[in-house]
Amino acid sequence: MTIRTLKEYLDADVLCGEEELDREVHSAFGCDMMSDVLAYAKDQAVLLTGLINPQVVRTAEMMDMACIVFVRSKRPNEAILTLAEGAGIVVLATNLRMYESCGRLFMNGLQG
Amino acid sequence: MPEPLVFHFDVDGNDFTSAGTASVTVKKNLRQLGLPSEVIKKLSIAMYEGEINMVIHADGGTADVIVGESYIDIILADHGPGIPNVELAMQEGYSTATAQIHSLGFGAGMGLPNMKRYSDEMTIDTRLNEGTTVKMRIYL
Ligand SMILES: Nc1ncnc2c1ncn2[C@@H]1O[C@H](COP(=O)(O)OP(=O)(O)O)[C@@H](O)[C@H]1O
Ligand SMILES: [Mg+2]
Repeated sequence: MTIRTLKEYLDADVLCGEEELDREVHSAFGCDMMSDVLAYAKDQAVLLTGLINPQVVRTAEMMDMACIVFVRSKRPNEAILTLAEGAGIVVLATNLRMYESCGRLFMNGLQG
Repeated sequence: MPEPLVFHFDVDGNDFTSAGTASVTVKKNLRQLGLPSEVIKKLSIAMYEGEINMVIHADGGTADVIVGESYIDIILADHGPGIPNVELAMQEGYSTATAQIHSLGFGAGMGLPNMKRYSDEMTIDTRLNEGTTVKMRIYL
């Protein structure tokens, strides 16, 4: 699916990377521990997380991910968004919690 | 033989907000050099784990990345507490990280094993109360 479609499934807001919304993504990883992302993620292009700090963006960048979704109504600050912009990563924010966010995406064909 | 390309960074141990900056910069530079993306990914994950370790366990240090003809070396050196038992520290899940570090998203005890997995060669030289130097080599 495209990031635009993913955003619609999650009723998410786009916080940065509007111009990249038509990028295709095939799998996602949901986690609050960046250590686990680094150790267990493979080629997932989307990171769903409830953690907010600059290392979320840096971790996604190290893993060559295309999109970060902040769940549970969390909003990153400007500094975090600036980092994401620099890395060419789309940032979305949804009011849904982790379980429902992942569930909706998985049901609609986004793999783990 | 051309001169190897060297990147040097001071890694600040007092500012978690900036932790990972050196690895991000290296990744951008290696991309510009046009290296294969798999090599860059392996290297950047390994370096990032090591850089985070220097910040959370050792009060910061220095990072040097040396890009040669056939391999890239990453040297992470700190003057932290040292690692009392390297064999134990290398085990998956072993961590001395505090709850505060967990709340920042790190400290699952997977960093050193991950560094070993993503590098082709890794050595740890550590002395109690003197510091730790981790060297990783990745072949091109
Ligand atoms: N540079 C370092 N200086 C001192 N201790 C370290 C350093 N790097 C790792 N360690 C020790 O090794 C343990 C395991 O490291 P690691 O596998 O990266 O897990 P984590 O960082 O999640 O604790 C750490 O908890 C810490 O006790
Ligand atoms: Mg670690």
